[in-house]
This record gives sequence, C-alpha cells and structure tokens, in this order.
Amino acid sequence: MLRYTVNRVLLMIPTLIGVAVLVFFLLRVVPGDVVEIKLRGDGGSVSQETIEMERKRMGLDKPLVNQFGEWMVGMATLDFGKSMWTERPVIEEISLRLELSLQVALMATLIAVLLAIPMGTAAALFRDTWIDYAVRILTIGGLSIPSFWFGMLIMLTLLGLFNWLPPITFTPIYVDPVANLTQLIWPAMAVGYRYCAVVARMIRSSLLEVLNEDYIRTARAKGVYEKLVISRHALRNALLPAITVIGLEFTFLIGGLVVTEQVFNLNGIGQLFVQSVSRNDFTLIQGMVMLIAAFYVFVNLLIDLLYAVFDPRIRYGT
Amino acid sequence: MTTRRTALKGMAGAFALGMGGIHWDTATANAQAKPKRGGTLNFAISAEAPHYDPHASDTYATLHLAGPFYSTLLRFNLAKFPSVEGDLAQSWTVAPDLMTYTFKLLPNVKFADGTVLSSADIKATYDRLRNPPQGVVSTRKATFADIDTIETPDPLTVIFKMKAVNASMLEHFASPWNLIYAAKDLGADQAAPRTKVNGTGPFLFVEHIKGSHIAGKRNDNYFRQGLPHLDGFKGVFTLQAAAMLNAVQGGQLLGEFRGISPAERDRLVQTMGDKIRIEESSWTLNLLVCFNVEKKPFDDVRVRKALLLAIDRWGGSAGLSRISTLRSVGGVIRPGSPMATPESELVKLPGFAKDIKKSREEARKLLKDAGQENLKFVLWNRNLAMPYTPAGIFLVDQWRQIGVTVEHKQSDTGAYLATMNAGNHDVAIDFSNLFMDDPSLGLAKYLSLSRAPENRSRSNDPELDKLYDNHIRERDPEKRKAIIRAFEKRLFEQAYQQPLLWWHRIVATHKTLMGWQMSPSHNLGSQLEGVWLDT
Repeated sequence: MLRYTVNRVLLMIPTLIGVAVLVFFLLRVVPGDVVEIKLRGDGGSVSQETIEMERKRMGLDKPLVNQFGEWMVGMATLDFGKSMWTERPVIEEISLRLELSLQVALMATLIAVLLAIPMGTAAALFRDTWIDYAVRILTIGGLSIPSFWFGMLIMLTLLGLFNWLPPITFTPIYVDPVANLTQLIWPAMAVGYRYCAVVARMIRSSLLEVLNEDYIRTARAKGVYEKLVISRHALRNALLPAITVIGLEFTFLIGGLVVTEQVFNLNGIGQLFVQSVSRNDFTLIQGMVMLIAAFYVFVNLLIDLLYAVFDPRIRYGT
Repeated sequence: MTTRRTALKGMAGAFALGMGGIHWDTATANAQAKPKRGGTLNFAISAEAPHYDPHASDTYATLHLAGPFYSTLLRFNLAKFPSVEGDLAQSWTVAPDLMTYTFKLLPNVKFADGTVLSSADIKATYDRLRNPPQGVVSTRKATFADIDTIETPDPLTVIFKMKAVNASMLEHFASPWNLIYAAKDLGADQAAPRTKVNGTGPFLFVEHIKGSHIAGKRNDNYFRQGLPHLDGFKGVFTLQAAAMLNAVQGGQLLGEFRGISPAERDRLVQTMGDKIRIEESSWTLNLLVCFNVEKKPFDDVRVRKALLLAIDRWGGSAGLSRISTLRSVGGVIRPGSPMATPESELVKLPGFAKDIKKSREEARKLLKDAGQENLKFVLWNRNLAMPYTPAGIFLVDQWRQIGVTVEHKQSDTGAYLATMNAGNHDVAIDFSNLFMDDPSLGLAKYLSLSRAPENRSRSNDPELDKLYDNHIRERDPEKRKAIIRAFEKRLFEQAYQQPLLWWHRIVATHKTLMGWQMSPSHNLGSQLEGVWLDT
C-alpha cells in the first residue's frame, strides 16, 4: 500500500509538468497581452514606447523559453510568480478566494451526499414504485437544470417573495457564522442539487446491480437481517463508483463554478478564472490551472485509496 | 401604488428630458433637499482596476478605487458642466496670452498621513504626469507636453509656464485622473501610488478586498467644512449585471454610477416603482466605424465612403436606443455639447444625410466605380454584449442593403485590441472614451497613426494633424469651432473612421441616495463628498 502510494505521488510530478508545459505555451498562442488591456483597454492613448517599457518591466519581452524556465524554477520553490494584472503574488490572489470556493464545494458535497445516499438507496430498493418515480423526476430535474439557472431562480424567488437577498460580500465562518452561512447556503444548494442528482442516480443504478449479485442472495439465504444486507453488503459495494463521482465533482466545484459564482456575486476561484482570462493575466491562469490540476491528481489518489477502505478485496501493491 | 403603466410613463418622460442632456428633475430635487449626516453608502462598481493610480489608467474603475481618497487641482462643476471650479486651488489666474497659469492653494489641507499639502506636492505630481520616471506610466504624458516649467515661489503658490498655447489647459487641470500625490511619497518611491493610498480627499482608505469590495470612512480633517456627509462607503464589485441588478432591487446596493442598459432600467422601474430614481444624459462615449486604410480595398476612399453612406444613423438611433446604450447621432464632438456640430450642418456631411435611399444609391455607385460591387470583408468587434453586439449586427444589416457581405467576428478585449493595433483588421468597431467634451481629447484619436497609436484606421493625414494643432493653439472659441468643423469635414470626406452613434448614460439609484450628481461622463463625480442618505 505504501509503495503504491509513493509511486502514485511520484507519478504526479510528470503529470503536473505536462500540464505546466501545455498551459504555458497554449496561453501564449492567444493574441494580445495584459499590458494592452491595462493601458488601452478603455481607450487610452498610450504610445507604443510606453507599452514596450511596461512589457519590459514585467519581463514579457524575454524569450518564451526563458519565461517558462523562470516560472518552472519558481514553482519548484512554490513561488508561482505575480499576477500580471494586480502584480501581487499569485498565491495571495488564489488563497484570498480559495476559502470561499472550498467552503461552497464542501457544503454542496455535504448537501449532495446527505440527500443522494438515501434517495438513491430508496429508489433502488423500491424500484418502479412511486418512490422510485419521484426520485427519478427529482434527479432528472437536477441533471437538466444548469446550476447557475437554478441559482438565478433562487435569487429571483427570494427577491420576489421576501424582497430579501443574501449578503453580497463574504464573511469568513470564524468571524460571523450566521452571515457566512446566510450567504453561502444558497449557492451550495444550487450546486448541490445537480451534484445530488448525479450521485443519487449513480447509487441507484449501482445498488440495483449489486442487489442481483450472488453474495447478496447468499446473505439473505443465510438469514442475515435485510437492513444489514443492504447497509453492510450491498450499499458498501454500491458506493464505490459513487465515491469516484463525488471526488471528481468536488474537485470540479473548486474552480468550475464560473457562472454560479457570478450569479451570486461570489468572490471565488471560478470568478477569478473568468477575470484572469478576460485580462490575459497569464501567470494567474497558470497558477490556477496548476492548483486545480494538483487538486484533481490528489483527489484521484485519495479516491483510489478510499476504494481499499470500502472494498477489503482491493489491496494495492500486493 | 405605482403600476407598470405609470412607471413606463415616467420612463418616457425621462427619455424626453434625457435626449438633450441630464434629466434635471431629479438633479434639482437632489440639490434642494437638506443633507443629513451619517450612514454608509453601499454601491456597485462593475469593474475592478489593478491599482490605485489613475495617472496610469483610463478606466473609471481606477477612479472608483482612488477618487474618494484624493483631490485634484481643479475639478469640473457637475451642476454647471463643463465649467471648472477649484478643488485644492483656492483661486487661479491665467495670463491673457495663455502662457502662464498661477494657482493659489487652500491653506491647512492635510494628507491622510497628516502631512500638510504644499505647492511642492502639486509640482511633484505634475512632474510625474508630464515626465514619468523609469518604471512609472503616465497615460497623460502627451497632454502635459506643453508645460515648460513648474515654479513654486511659496508653499501655497504654483505657477505653470507653457512652451506653447494650449487652449484646453484649464480643463486638463480639472481632469479627474490627475490626483494630487504627496511629494514625500513620490520622493520615497515614484511607484508608491500604485499600491498605497494617501490623499487629501473626503474619505480615508479602510480596506480593499480584491474581487470583493473597497471601503472608506469619513476624513474628519477634510478641508471642506461639513463634508463629506457620509460616515463611509463600500463599493462592491459586481462584474455581472444580473447580480448588480438583483442587489440594487434587493436594497443591498443603492446604485451603480457608470450606467445601465435600457432593459436593465426597465426592469428596475417595473419592479421597484417609485423607490428607484432614473437619471439620464447623453454620454461622452461613442462607437466608431473604422476602416483599415492599409488594407485593400479600404485604401480606396470610394469604398470607405460608400460604406459610411449606407448606414442609416437616424433610423438606427431610433431602433438601437430601445435595446442598447447607443442613442445620439453626432460628429466628432458629443452632440448637445458647446463645440458640437449642429444637426443642420451635420446632415450635410457624408454618412449623416436623412435621405437614406439617396445615400445608398450613391453608395452603390461608388462601389461600382471602385469595382467592388460584390465586396466581402470581416467586421472586427469586441465581445461585449452592450452595446458592441447590437452595433455589429446593425452594421452587417446596413451593408447587406447595398449588396456587401460582412462576417461579424467578436473577440475578447485582449485579442480585439491586439488585432486592431497590429493592423490585422479590415473594418472594426472601435470606441472613444472621453471624460469631457473638449476637442483636444475628442479629436486626438483621428490624428495620424504616427502621432495617435489609438487611430485604428491607421491613416496618416498631415492636413488633419495641422488642423488639430491649429485648433489647440487658437484662443478665440469661434475660430476654434470653425477649425473643428474643417477637421470634421476633412475626416468624413476621407472616411477613415466615423462615429456610429454616441452612447446614452442611464444611472439608477435608490431615492434614499441623495446629493449624487449626474454628468455626461462616468469618469466624473467619484469623490462622493456631497452624497448623503435620506433614511
């Protein structure tokens, strides 16, 4: 197990280097740069000489290979460079928003898991009854409605019915838990609904498959209580594919809530992504892509390790 | 109770008044009420600037970040726009030959850090503006190139001596971008204003949470007695219009001061009824149709002129003003402003005639003469819904009516600017963003490419350059006006580029927000010193 884990961690290095090469050079294919947007984006009359001076000051005049080398050396020491837009460290820009994005992702995951497990299980156990139909309608709704649109509906409903909206600026949970939850519960619900639908459907289909397995029949034949059959034998195995989905969805939520964050005016990683792309802030985009790639790789590893916890038959490296 | 119908009637009234300028009803009401002290203003800012230094910026977002914390030498009097008044200057004199400007400063003005303002601060600021040191950008370097020396005979007197007459100099001293920095700060680090706020304005900097908001509190040492009225303010960045509208409707934010679209205005009026105040004005912004004269067949004046003649601006104004922020038909100077070309003269210029049928016949003939009856090209446009997309669609349709096939390509700001600056476009929709009506700004975009890098038609026309130089050195306003007319005529006859339509500014604020003054530029009035809350 330890050997397997070490191997997987070491494999992360070439994966991340590949991502770094791709993101760095692909971004440079895009025409235009941050200096143009900063100085001429609102119609400024700025001489080409000034533009070139700014490019030089920011190191954008150096050959691409040198810029890439400097960035890679920086990354090796966990220095992701400075945002080309604000000229503040990339790490600072990201960490300012990460707390919010992480909290929304955690809350949405919690909502999704807490709802999806009973819903998916009930739908499978009571297949083709009204319970199954109700769960199916709810989950198909969740899959069909984009989170941002559901978010807009939530906002308009709150406005229309109560003439009230959640706070518009973020307060950390350790400063004011009420203000924090009042703001973030709504986007978490909007995102959690779709997330819940994906997981519930996965659990339903996987549980239906497991319930037809021989070992379930054997357990029942042995006279094991039905509750134990479901919880210990069936559900535990049915959760394996759901864990993968939960992990991948969670990682997606860190940087993928682009439109939902805009709807709720959340100062998160998704919103920062959009801004940095529209500003050609290459260093910040690179930093965020690397962060999300690292997150994906790490969560994938975690999922694989969790497989072993849920299914004792799986033993890596033996 | 306000019904949808009465609300819409109110809007129609606002339109009518707004056509000529500011919707004065509300502005007058604002001025008549007695200000109350206290409260925090929460308002929306629909963009976020990268730093606090407007010397190096052209976006109003920088002014929202820095404006409330600073002062300028002079400023525009928004109630009597475009006249100027003193800000840090108590009084000033201008020599009859316009070669010397002498300013007397207000005494006992203090920066946020307690330093007393003196003439040295004005000199240090203007030296930075006209001659920025290595590593510092001044986007107004050319504006102040006519200043020869800045003298400070005593701590409260500043004398600007000019190399040449610049008839627009006083307006430039009132520019909202030229915030006064402390000489002490600049002496330590010329780049300091990018990251450090230390001004003499009505508010003191509290915090700027990147991506979230900027906050300020009342400066109790502010040099204007009794001001500001507010205890503080919080400008919340709302980059998505829907989020901003929700927040305004829900009362979390009391307004957004840049401007909203007609559809957004209608939504607020319908949902909020008499709780929302709508103010409208023509705007110092326009969209331009721009032909790249370095590319064939746009090096042929007949082709360019034909394409301008095909555009029905008057019809377009009526249609586009219902769905976008585009409205007024005008030449190179904002319609309705003192130096603007009156409609009676405008209609005689190419592209502005009201008989569109006749114009299009002429356009077809010009294209035939140029051998371009089946002309096809790409129209480059910015990927912004308001008002770029409707403008692009409108132009494609206008040119279709004379048999021209146009591919409409929209791209993000970076790629859009890069394409135009590299001269890779055929035809583009460009924009002009001004903070005042003075022609020294408005005409600069049309100068030869060698002088004006923002000239996206890439034309080089010594005659236009000469007319520009003559107008800026001309002291007689009437003669100046005549030169501007000649400039405009030459520009439109050569058809390098031409304003499509001028924008129309619509600002929605809660009626509890008082003392904020509407103007034709979103770059003005960011100090917030006169704003108060009627709660």
